[in-house]
Amino acid sequence: MQTFELITASTISDAVKAQAASPTAQQGAPVRFIAGGTNLVDYMKLNVETPRKLVDINGLPLDKIEPAQGGGLKIGALARNTDVAHHDVVKAQYSVLSQAILSGASTQLRNMATTAGNLLQKTRCVYYRDTAYGCNKRQPGSGCSAIGGHNRMLAILGTSEKCIASNPSDQNVALTALEASIQVTGSKGERVIPIAQFYTLPGNTPERETVLEPGDLVTHITLPALPDGAKSVYLKLRDRASYEFALASAAIVIKQSNGSIDFVRVALGGVGAKPWRSLEAEKSLHGKAATPANFRAAAEAALHGARPQSQNGFKVELAKRCLVHALTQATA
Amino acid sequence: MSLRDDDRSSPMTSLEKLSRRAFLSRAGAAGVISATATVAAPLVAATTQEQQVATSESAIPGTVAVTLKVNGDTHKLQIDPRATVLDTLRETLHFTGTKKGCDHGQCGACTVHVNGRRANSCLLLAAMQQNAEITTIEGLGTPDKMHPMQASFVEHDGYQCGYCTSGQIMSAAALQHEPCGPADNDVKEALSGNICRCGAYPNIVAAVQFVRRSA
Repeated sequence: MQTFELITASTISDAVKAQAASPTAQQGAPVRFIAGGTNLVDYMKLNVETPRKLVDINGLPLDKIEPAQGGGLKIGALARNTDVAHHDVVKAQYSVLSQAILSGASTQLRNMATTAGNLLQKTRCVYYRDTAYGCNKRQPGSGCSAIGGHNRMLAILGTSEKCIASNPSDQNVALTALEASIQVTGSKGERVIPIAQFYTLPGNTPERETVLEPGDLVTHITLPALPDGAKSVYLKLRDRASYEFALASAAIVIKQSNGSIDFVRVALGGVGAKPWRSLEAEKSLHGKAATPANFRAAAEAALHGARPQSQNGFKVELAKRCLVHALTQATA
Repeated sequence: MSLRDDDRSSPMTSLEKLSRRAFLSRAGAAGVISATATVAAPLVAATTQEQQVATSESAIPGTVAVTLKVNGDTHKLQIDPRATVLDTLRETLHFTGTKKGCDHGQCGACTVHVNGRRANSCLLLAAMQQNAEITTIEGLGTPDKMHPMQASFVEHDGYQCGYCTSGQIMSAAALQHEPCGPADNDVKEALSGNICRCGAYPNIVAAVQFVRRSA
């Protein structure tokens, strides 16, 4: 691990100012916020991240979970994954988020990890994690070792010729289906970013993963109120029954009325370069009856643009069946 | 891990310019400075001059001061900012009951309690744990006064090589204060962050369930 200066931010504006000195908020930032550290310390041990300065933000007042003005729920950036997952309102009204968080990592990690840290979690691609290999995300221009290499766990949606890394988070798939918005405070004040606009696709710049700029600090996320009677499900398929990343996962929020679907949100995990909202699946389902045939049609629409790699072609069919299963569970 | 060429050409603190040998010989055998009433850290005999240098807080460039509370005792330390709680517990404070399995938060052998909650100490930077109450297996119970979970692991033969065991027990002890269903499968899910290469899982679950059911 490269050594660093550790400073403790006592106010939000101190934290913002400290990180605003960094030339980037993306891969390789020399100044980084640290909260739970469950992702950052891991990558620092691998020399994948080599910050010169760490800004400890654990003391900032950003850990509350409380009702949002105008309905919905406001979750502080520093709220720990465990606390979000077990919160009464989250369990009752945003069950998909609780299910998703509890399906990920281990209890120890969920105790340490924060909402915003999970939001910014990095890919598990083995080549990204190993500085001995070329990786365009870690070192722009060095090539993508995963294309034609070990890519079983990587993405089939949203990839580019430069990068096929998948976003590994479960929380973020649920947040995407819930249409969360992300509140950021930065050098130019506060702004709200809908999660659909928060993540970028690799394209020609896989080293950039979000729209965050230097000095930007996520302060909280807001979940909008859902229609009464909406049900939600998170289904995660993986090699082991626990403590393993998704091969494919689906987050569904759905409501039926008079035998047809009148509200539906679909997001996929394990298969996208970013948490994958499927407007195609939603359009296919809206106004239709909850039948196996309609579910299958939605799944076909969702995976229509999938580009399988040399070792993950199975994910195309697996993701479709995952989506069908999740829809079936949510409408049972 | 090996240094890359650019690491050699641009060291950024005086700490990086020190070889490990030089760092250790300045600090004494413990590798860092500790001042505490309760840590019995036998230092290798050092010259008076070295000891005078070693006890000055600013003597080691690039270190940071932190006070750790472990098992009820307070330890004033001067440590590398990169030091994890795991390495500090084991190497500086000689609490070797907590084990290093993977060092990357993937096996749970390093599980300790921080402010009553279980955490992987290999991913916690010690310098960030000022004021935190840390409990290790040594603080959970002693051979003469075992924690019920420790006693149950002995009764139920909940280990083979013993390497994952302190992490399993620390996880299981914390589990008693967490929401968890009554079934064996619930325990397996709750403890899935503690891996046992020997496969002692059936007896581990039995040991944990015994304590849960008698509570």
